[in-house]
Amino acid sequence: MTLMQKLLGAGAALAVSAGGALAEPAMVYDLGGKFDKSFNEAAFGGAEKWKAETGESYREIELQSEAQREQALRRFAEAGLNPIVMAGFAFGSVLEEVAADYPDTKFQIIDMVVDAPNVRSIVFSEHEGSYLVGMMAAMASESNTVGFIGGMDIPLIRKFACGYAQGVKAVNPDATVIQNMTGTTPAAWNDPVKGGELTRAQISQGADVIYAAAGGTGVGVLQTAADEGILSIGVDSNQNYLHPGQVLTSMVKRVDVAVYNAFKAGADLETGIFVLGLAEDGVGYAVDEHNADLVTEEMQAAVEDAKAKIIAGEIAVHDYMSDNTCPVK
Amino acid sequence: MRDVMPKWADVVLIPLISLVLAFLLSAVVIIAIGEDPVAAVKMMVTGALGSTYAWGYTLYYATNFIFTGLAVAVAFHAKLFNIGGEGQATLGGLGVALVCLALPWPHWTLALPAAVIGAALFGAAWAAIPAWLQAKRGSHIVITTIMFNFIGAAVLNYLLVNVMRPVGSMDPATAKFPNGTHLPTLHDLLAPFGIAFSRAAPANISFLIAVAACILVYLLIWRTRLGYEIRAQGHSEPAAIYAGIRPVRIVMAAMLISGALAGLMAVNNVMGEAERLVLNSVEGAGFIGIAVALMGRSHPFGVFLAAILFGFLYQGGAELALWTDIPRELIVVIQALVILFTGALDNMVRMPLERLFLGLRKGRA
Repeated sequence: MTLMQKLLGAGAALAVSAGGALAEPAMVYDLGGKFDKSFNEAAFGGAEKWKAETGESYREIELQSEAQREQALRRFAEAGLNPIVMAGFAFGSVLEEVAADYPDTKFQIIDMVVDAPNVRSIVFSEHEGSYLVGMMAAMASESNTVGFIGGMDIPLIRKFACGYAQGVKAVNPDATVIQNMTGTTPAAWNDPVKGGELTRAQISQGADVIYAAAGGTGVGVLQTAADEGILSIGVDSNQNYLHPGQVLTSMVKRVDVAVYNAFKAGADLETGIFVLGLAEDGVGYAVDEHNADLVTEEMQAAVEDAKAKIIAGEIAVHDYMSDNTCPVK
Repeated sequence: MRDVMPKWADVVLIPLISLVLAFLLSAVVIIAIGEDPVAAVKMMVTGALGSTYAWGYTLYYATNFIFTGLAVAVAFHAKLFNIGGEGQATLGGLGVALVCLALPWPHWTLALPAAVIGAALFGAAWAAIPAWLQAKRGSHIVITTIMFNFIGAAVLNYLLVNVMRPVGSMDPATAKFPNGTHLPTLHDLLAPFGIAFSRAAPANISFLIAVAACILVYLLIWRTRLGYEIRAQGHSEPAAIYAGIRPVRIVMAAMLISGALAGLMAVNNVMGEAERLVLNSVEGAGFIGIAVALMGRSHPFGVFLAAILFGFLYQGGAELALWTDIPRELIVVIQALVILFTGALDNMVRMPLERLFLGLRKGRA
């Protein structure tokens, strides 16, 4: 597709919007960038899958700074794009305003709840998926010390950490879980160098399996873990392929499915709040040819058992965000 | 060297040639990644100037750049290179946020003067420490102001994450300002005159404040005693001292005014647009201000024109990011090329031109 065609397409989108008809869907990525190998890339994967299946096109933008969020949403809404999907909790306060100004446009926000009649909010039960990979980490660990590296220090990431720690302790109550956060600002989602440094620090404290829930920063964690010969756990996307044989598993969060479904529904997108957990296959752990040798049958049996029990309600994994505390350290 | 070139060449020709060079190089960059530069320019022009919505964003960005450009210009007249506009505007934002959140403001006409004072005070305060270090200790202002940018960012980071973030919010930002602080946008201002300006665009009454600031800076520099002293100090400090001008006083005064102007930018972006304080709200406008001041030859009218140009570049760049596959990194490259040519590489165009004019003059003589 040449640029000229795109221009015409954009012009057409504008013209269509004037007539009040519906047009292409749009995807807005957060500051981690489209190719963070994790959260945003999962969203990108879902959009691409929809494009490949339908042969239709969509619009997208990668933000350059926090202050651009509102402009991006408004510009897409003005152009008549529908639905507009955004990946990231940080869009919450901006969307509250923008959604009210464009009542005929459907919005979907991932990882955050925005209560508006034209917004579909998707949140995941990350604590459940993290619990399962925590169990696997504890079983794979020989030093009885495992690590967690989060991106930005927010309740959402502590929810990952808390579920993970609960899973570790469920297998081995004596295990130590070392936790670090990369930073306190959105820049922490895209700082692979610091991720690598934190990994080295945790290895020096004895960690031999490290779980990264840090967006693009996780690339540095997985790289350093592979370089130093220990296991790591990926997040959001299936990251097993990044270092075959050295990534124990990935806590997959089906952001791609959420984006794909929204694009497929188009302007008829059902709004409201949707929670996707283990039961809905919204979260889970990844086993493929890259980590098949690392995941023992015993491990898989234990995790499948726990998964069934969580779905049945026999195991209750504490959600950090429900009361901002974690029962285990 | 002063009179080598006619005035028009200095003011018009050099910026124009610099711009053309920057655009040519940008075109090469766009061709190199397999896109069409002509279409890209067309998209930038329609996206930044083609509708009232586009103008609303262009003027919004221009307002930011007028304030930061004036800030650099005022300091420059005293031969002080204030590259701390970024930090001063960041702190100005803090001032605006504190003012807006402190009281349940009943109407913007009351909130605006208070916010202007808050922004100017905080911006000036952030410039005061480097100014004092320069005036009293001779610590180079370039070093101290740029370091204060980092300190300012860290201070704001700390405050937003730990102190000003509302309970239960994950985003490091303050609460939304009360409705009474909502500034009228150009849509609201122009509606009584029957002009339908886009409702969604963020340009607001701060643009008029920026225009007023241009006029006030002109009066200050060329029509007041302080302005004369600032310029005298800028031309030659020993001569200024001989004339009874105290350098410490001038350095402090110039930098405080400069910091206040940079801080005032926050009235536009924090109070006028976001209506809450977010991280990185300055978005590099402090640094763009340097290019704006250089291109505008430190004259308020030149700053005004250069700010509009950079507003166009910013908004046009945002449109490119929205509607094309040109990656965001390359859009920054294009914007940086313009800054490089108009700001830093001024002499590259100036020297050959001066030689040319010198040659012409000799030929005539």
